[in-house]
Amino acid sequence: MELNGFHCDGEGCAEEQEEEPKALRLPRSKTDASCSIIATPGADSAAAGGSALREQRMSKSTPAMLRLDSLKKNRPPFPWFGMDIGGTLVKLVYFEPKDITAEEEQEEVESLKSIRRYLTSHTAYGKTGIRDVHLELSDLTLWGRKGNLHFIRFPTHELPAFLQMGRDKHFSSLHTTLCATGGGAFKYEDDFRTMANLQLLKLDELDCLIKGVLYIYSVVSSGPPECYYFEHPTDPERCEQKAYNLENPYPLLLVNIGSGVSILAVYSKDNYKRVTGTSLGGGTFLGLCCLLTGCSTFEEALAMATEGESTHVDKLVRDIYGGDYERFGLPGWAVASSFGNMICKEKRDSVSKEDLARATLVTITNNIGSITRMCALNENIERVVFVGNFLRVNTLSMKLLAYALDYWSKGQLKALFLRHEGYFGAVGALLELPNPS
Amino acid sequence: MDKSITLPPDEIFRNLENAKRFAIDIGGSLTKLAYYSTVQHKVAKVRSFDHSAKETEGDPLYEISVQEEITARLHFIKFENAYIETCLDFIKDHLVNTETKVIKATGGGAYKFKDLIEKKLKLKVDKEDEMTCLIKGCNFVLKNIPHEAFVYAKHADSEFRFQNTHPDIFPYLLINIGSGVSIVKVEAEDKFERIGGSSIGGGTFWGLGALLTKTKRFDELLQLASKGQHTNVDMLVKDIYGGAYGSLGLTGDLIASSFGKSATTDKEFSKEDMAKSLLHMISNDIGQLACLYAKLHNLTRVYFGGFFIRGHPVTMHTITYSINFFTKGEVQALFLRHEGYLGAIGAFLKGAEEDNPNQYSWGENYAGSSGLMSVSPELNPVQRARSGTFDMLEMDRLERQLVNLPLLQDPTSYIPDTVELTEDALARVYWLYCFEEALDGVVKRAIASQKDQPEAVERAEKFRQKYRHKLQTLRHQPFAYGSLTVRSLLDTREHCLNEFNFPDPYSKIKQKENDMALKYYLKVVKSVEELSWEQRQFTLVKGLLAGNVFDWGAKAVSDVLESDPEFGFEQAKQQLQERPWLVDAYNQWIERLKGPPHKCALFFVDNSGIDIILGVFPFIRELLIRGTEVVLASNSGPALNDVTNSELQILTERIAAMDPVIHTALKEDRLALVQNGSSSPCLDLSRLDKVLATVVRERGTDLVIIEGMGRAIHTNYYAMLSCESLKLAVIKNSWLAERLGGKIFSVVFKYEVPSKAQG
Repeated sequence: MELNGFHCDGEGCAEEQEEEPKALRLPRSKTDASCSIIATPGADSAAAGGSALREQRMSKSTPAMLRLDSLKKNRPPFPWFGMDIGGTLVKLVYFEPKDITAEEEQEEVESLKSIRRYLTSHTAYGKTGIRDVHLELSDLTLWGRKGNLHFIRFPTHELPAFLQMGRDKHFSSLHTTLCATGGGAFKYEDDFRTMANLQLLKLDELDCLIKGVLYIYSVVSSGPPECYYFEHPTDPERCEQKAYNLENPYPLLLVNIGSGVSILAVYSKDNYKRVTGTSLGGGTFLGLCCLLTGCSTFEEALAMATEGESTHVDKLVRDIYGGDYERFGLPGWAVASSFGNMICKEKRDSVSKEDLARATLVTITNNIGSITRMCALNENIERVVFVGNFLRVNTLSMKLLAYALDYWSKGQLKALFLRHEGYFGAVGALLELPNPS
Repeated sequence: MDKSITLPPDEIFRNLENAKRFAIDIGGSLTKLAYYSTVQHKVAKVRSFDHSAKETEGDPLYEISVQEEITARLHFIKFENAYIETCLDFIKDHLVNTETKVIKATGGGAYKFKDLIEKKLKLKVDKEDEMTCLIKGCNFVLKNIPHEAFVYAKHADSEFRFQNTHPDIFPYLLINIGSGVSIVKVEAEDKFERIGGSSIGGGTFWGLGALLTKTKRFDELLQLASKGQHTNVDMLVKDIYGGAYGSLGLTGDLIASSFGKSATTDKEFSKEDMAKSLLHMISNDIGQLACLYAKLHNLTRVYFGGFFIRGHPVTMHTITYSINFFTKGEVQALFLRHEGYLGAIGAFLKGAEEDNPNQYSWGENYAGSSGLMSVSPELNPVQRARSGTFDMLEMDRLERQLVNLPLLQDPTSYIPDTVELTEDALARVYWLYCFEEALDGVVKRAIASQKDQPEAVERAEKFRQKYRHKLQTLRHQPFAYGSLTVRSLLDTREHCLNEFNFPDPYSKIKQKENDMALKYYLKVVKSVEELSWEQRQFTLVKGLLAGNVFDWGAKAVSDVLESDPEFGFEQAKQQLQERPWLVDAYNQWIERLKGPPHKCALFFVDNSGIDIILGVFPFIRELLIRGTEVVLASNSGPALNDVTNSELQILTERIAAMDPVIHTALKEDRLALVQNGSSSPCLDLSRLDKVLATVVRERGTDLVIIEGMGRAIHTNYYAMLSCESLKLAVIKNSWLAERLGGKIFSVVFKYEVPSKAQG
């Protein structure tokens, strides 16, 4: 299946003979193997040896068998995870096989079962881990297996707890490859090894991001549309969400708003460049809101922003010129100076926390819109896709971006959004599972 | 409002009695006032005696008189808004001129103070668009003030690197960072467009900063920021990656998310750290947008202004860093010395359109301008808290319109000065010392030139104090007036002398020297004529060089001349270094002379007396005989003992009366005298009299001769011309001679032929 140039390996292929699910890949290093045996006394310690044997056998196979084996070999052993460790959030995608045979289930090692049960039977993990149930993709076929794709997130500062859990659940005994991207894959690589005895397959975050976007768009066929835009963005009465067909996406400006912002120009599935980025991103919004309002979570900050009025905080064009600044085509409602009213003590004393949260949101969002628009002009690209967790449950920002792009480009630019906004990096990482190296 | 201050009237609102055409720019905290005035000052004039009267021996050659002259000057004064009422009262009390009916006003505060101004001054306030004024002002300073624009480099030896004045200033991008940001593309004098902007500007720094740190004042916030560590608040690439993000070339220290740490940590952050983080966030954002706009519009000249920048080293540094980062060094952030005055200058120009200020050339009056004040707060803490200080800029309307020498190989890359003293600490120390040392002599000379006026002593003392103060300022802030060069030190001294009515301290000495030298003229010409061709050429060049020893500007020579007036021409020749000279292209020159004659030679002359009469004239006489036309370019106004154009007119007449060769050449217009438009002992080939440029072009000039230390060593030593050139001088300063690898009285004889390709 090829959609958007993304070839979904093995998908849709008739499945003949399922491998033993516990069959594990060769450990990636000797240390890894030996450690795992020591560290996980309860696990199936024969697994490593068994796998080695199997490799030997396969090397003597007939051509027909080789083809079959190659498919099986390409299919990684369970569990299938993809992880994106960002500056603020860890995004985890987990493929839950739903086509496990009774035989498989019997042979499935306890730790694997336990992980599956733990992840799928909860929607919250600890105090801060959350499974975005509404994003779950059911009946997905990946590498010949049918199952559900789950989307989980937790704060990056909880990573030690996560590693502890991995250790407790003997994750390392599964000898699986953990595909990880995002800066944390590099920063915490040692912690993964020392704390949980896990070896990471580190992947570039922008590669993963683009792969993830293309893949998710290609596999979502039913339910709410993956890609959408706001029709009539400049008219609040008529503004509504509409599905967008992204089948021929190139060229595309991909704006990933996480803690910071990266802007990529994508020309084909493996031809892209990072145009620029800005440090004024989701982290800035939350960071400033925490300092200005005393809140501590993104949800709180957003809730306050929803209630607030930014015009109490910002100085508008009309505050300076009494109306539009016609000579330069600036409408009176445009912000002339973000937080500009706050240079005045009386006004500082009269604004609410909600107003400050709203102004912060508007400032950051408009700035991203403005830089994006300039990049789109410089790169000569009209379609802009915004992703990243800053946009999660943040309709305010999405509508602002849609509005800003449409207004300042006089309708030339279209802002597009994707439902799985923050998870594409993790999905892209998962997709690298069969390609160790 | 503080009304208690008393203004020192002589110092601040100068020439108010003749002032007209007022303009005012009232910003958030500073007011800038502009007016046009006329200055009456003394000039030295020379006049030939009637031929009938001048026959008696012992009478001077010509008459020197000091006359009053009226010139136009623009005054710009900057002061804190708190003093606005006091200042308006002061102006009202001193304003004599009653023609003035309106005052042009711009800036955000113009509205607020409208009633006050109208009430106090009884002038109608006429509002002008802020952006239009800003651009008009910007064009004016870029065109008229050499080294207006500079690059800021915090950690370099010299923080300010001044840029050449480009003959064509357009197109450029002006990023005005006020409370918000405006990005304006300027394509011509009256053609500009606001191509974009951002709401994240100075108001954001101030407003958000006030909320975060409970610090109210903008300057205090900057002060906090300069002490903070942004890495405590910002999430860096290395906080996410543990190191650099190598594949993208993002270093670990790069800010990934501004204020990102305050989103994930529950600790308290210091005010300083938050202010610094905010400063970086805003500067980077503005820099990034500026680069995106510059790229989209294909512009490389990007100037920054507005109250966020206004001389603040902290913001200049962060903006420079940001531009450098986002353009990978392709675009440099440029700042302007007189950035704070742009609005006032523009508003003034709007009001003065009928005077056609744009058709004149203007020059900064170093004597009356305060210079660039702000430096790093660490360097000079007093200056950041300079409440109550008044900054001034004065621009003199120049008599002549100034243009490039058409023979410059590349006018855009031409730099007149040989050594930039802001970048050369050793040379700076020496020259500042040298000028300070020479000050007593200059004062003495000034007093001596006006023996008949007893109050000259007092004026000379004032001059001494003013110039010494300038030297001291320059010692601490070498970049105060743009580039610091030997030329600017000399020019500042001339401006200060003029300021205290010493228009030409050397007039009598020049007269005496000219008189004496004329007596020897025929003898010298005759002795040269007897020589063989080869010998003659060498003697003429030696004469030129020996004549150039007679320079009152050089300390070593003025010492000798003061103590031993008999020091003669022949002795000077013996003082000269033997060949091979320090720079010796004599053989190539002689080879060239064996070829066809030049069409026309342009000769930038230097000193009066022996130099011009016994050195230059015999030399150009030979050129004239060879069939080469000669244009003698001399100073329009006096500087040291340099011969001025009006003196040269008289001298030439006198020589023509003795020498038929000169007489005929004058009559046939093969010898022309033109003024160079300058009153400096040095020479800026990019600011020359327009008439000179025309003459040079019309006559097909193919040889340029530049003579003397000031014109050929301190300036133009590296100047590249599109025709043949001869630069010659005797180094009359041991320190400089040593620096060039020679001894005092070393000779520089530089003959250059442009490569054919440039033909």
